[in-house]
Amino acid sequence: MSAITHLQFLESEAIYILRETAAQFQKPALLFSGGKDSIVMAWLARKAFHPSRLPFPLLHVDTGHNFPEAIEYRDWFVQEIGASLTVGLVQKSIDDGRVQEEQGYNASRNKLQTVTLLDTIEENQYDACLGGGRRDEEKARAKERFFSHRDGFGQWDPKNQRPELWNIFNGRKQFGEHFRVFPLSNWTEMDIWQYIRQENIPLPSLYFSHQRKIIERHGQLLDATTGIIPLHDEEKPKVKEMTIRFRTVGDVTCTGAVESTASTIDEIVAEVAAARQTERGTRADDKRSENAMEDRKKEGYF
Amino acid sequence: MDVLVNPTESSLLRFTTAGSVDDGKSTLIGRLLYDSKSIFEDQLLAVEESSKRRGDAHVNLALLTDGLRAEREQGITIDVAYRYFATPKRKFIIADTPGHIQYTRNMVTGASTADLAIILIDARLGVIEQTMRHTYLASLLRIGHIVLAVNKMDLVDFDEAVYNKIVADFQAFAKGLDQLPKVTPIPMSALNGDNVVDKSEHTPWYTGPSLLQHLETVQVHSETAADEARFPVQWVIRPISDRKDAKLGNLHDYRGFAGRMASGTFRVGDDVLVYPSEMKSKITGIHTFEGPQEEAIPQLSYSITVADEIDTSRGGMIVKANEPTQTSQEFDAMICWFADKKTLKPRSRFHLRHTTNDVRAVVTDVLYKVNISTLEKTTESKEFALNDIGCIRLRCATPIFFDPYGKNRTTGSFVLVDEQTNNTVAAGMITHSLVDAGDEDAEVAI
Repeated sequence: MSAITHLQFLESEAIYILRETAAQFQKPALLFSGGKDSIVMAWLARKAFHPSRLPFPLLHVDTGHNFPEAIEYRDWFVQEIGASLTVGLVQKSIDDGRVQEEQGYNASRNKLQTVTLLDTIEENQYDACLGGGRRDEEKARAKERFFSHRDGFGQWDPKNQRPELWNIFNGRKQFGEHFRVFPLSNWTEMDIWQYIRQENIPLPSLYFSHQRKIIERHGQLLDATTGIIPLHDEEKPKVKEMTIRFRTVGDVTCTGAVESTASTIDEIVAEVAAARQTERGTRADDKRSENAMEDRKKEGYF
Repeated sequence: MDVLVNPTESSLLRFTTAGSVDDGKSTLIGRLLYDSKSIFEDQLLAVEESSKRRGDAHVNLALLTDGLRAEREQGITIDVAYRYFATPKRKFIIADTPGHIQYTRNMVTGASTADLAIILIDARLGVIEQTMRHTYLASLLRIGHIVLAVNKMDLVDFDEAVYNKIVADFQAFAKGLDQLPKVTPIPMSALNGDNVVDKSEHTPWYTGPSLLQHLETVQVHSETAADEARFPVQWVIRPISDRKDAKLGNLHDYRGFAGRMASGTFRVGDDVLVYPSEMKSKITGIHTFEGPQEEAIPQLSYSITVADEIDTSRGGMIVKANEPTQTSQEFDAMICWFADKKTLKPRSRFHLRHTTNDVRAVVTDVLYKVNISTLEKTTESKEFALNDIGCIRLRCATPIFFDPYGKNRTTGSFVLVDEQTNNTVAAGMITHSLVDAGDEDAEVAI
């Protein structure tokens, strides 16, 4: 067997899925958050259709609670790969009365994104959304398909999933239904980092070690620089300057930092290899209950 | 945390595990993940907490693999779960499938992408009906390598005679299979770790490798370069632009056939045959994002250009001019039926999905069903219910181009899709063609 490396296999498999998505659906979109997984997915999409431009837009569901670095990167990246960008605003869903904002100090717009996402899908008539989810991330995701069927309400029915055999993917659907497609299903966090290193993919600065004002809350290191997270009066004196980086980049309110001096890709790879916690261990959204991810996914979350 | 795999040298091995909870399958997977340091502290902590809450006597590693609420509540695995771990030598993807007869569908699904199957045997029970069923399915799906994991050796005092008898019983049974996989028996105790990662002191009579040593070094025959070249077309890349590409020049006339090399190799200049038109042409370019390539190799994705204006698109296929596929509207196939609310019988109609093709098909006959506990062929019933396996005859609206599954897993496999629900209701493996499309012009009413 002409041995290919595991990264070559994963790259080719993802390209295969991206091409299947373009071919089997009328109007796909690629969910882009500015996080490393969606960056890798968009990078692979550019390869899949080269020398054409991407046959689908990038779709960003914007909670309004962004790190400015992530938005800056998003706008640069879209330009760089010659893609078009659609933005769904959670603020608009709030203003339109589609959703009610959570109250209190731990309020997050993470859950509200689902409504904005489904509204944006309906408004633009997208019939497939490419997501950067990986099966190694979380136990409910370990059972996710590459082509994941969603009913007319955008819901996932984990007990009634289509079997996926060989490399045949069934994207047939009724009118009004749509699919979520996960080209990175078989990648692990380490695969993502090794691929970023191999391809020399530029990343938002948030992933690298930097100084930031941090508040520690329930064991999580949360951002206190952007001012998006409201602070209790007694927390204010506890804000301190720390040397940190982010292992995942999402909405400010639910992305925890880790103390780190890793400032190059090589240092990050070494750090990930030595880590004793899953990357989602820094995500407040998964900690709400044992079934948190499965429940959100059933409702139509990413 | 995965262990650092050497990214330039490590290959990938996909394997499936078959066996029920009682065989120690979850324990074995838990141990592979744990000993290769692929379980994180917070995952282990979460499992410990859940075990405590449920009142389990020990840390239940099965909770790591049971991802869905219903599974945790009922203490069963209802779906295929994919697990990942790596050693410095190799990256592994496990398709973890439940073993009971009602989950044949999941086992078939997990086996379809596997190069190797681990079949667990409880040393106290020896070769049982379930062992034969798992082995039959592995052989049917053409998995080339089986590891016979004779587990719970600690409960039979690591007795060599017990082990030898099980291996002999198994080999006697396996001789009866059409396709004989390569079998590697290993005595082990997943619970205590004997012969899982390291060689055990308790089995001095066993000279073979530990399970992990075997998994790290086994050479699997999957898609090899020596096979006939098969390139199913997924999508046509047409920039329709006057942009200039640094490597490709003016893109106005660029027309690349995008796909993944299923088997064999192509080189620039090769004479090719392009389906469905069966026109001959020559390869003028093999492209990736990185630029022009000299050769296309199995499993990698490319955009291929040919010399002539050939009419092909998604569903088409490029092969070498002297290595045609079979083409036919009618063929026999082994299938496994997946639907629980519907049955398959003669005259049932479907969408047949084969490589990147989608055609309508009708069942013209049910030839036999297989009793997967006794491996006997039966013709009593012509109706397939959930998990039934057997041989049917299918007729398609238009000819498809294929190879027998025994020769090529990509061009010999298909799924059937229900016309009303769009669900995937059967997996199929083509055994042979009945009539060549060229010999018969009769229109088929479907």
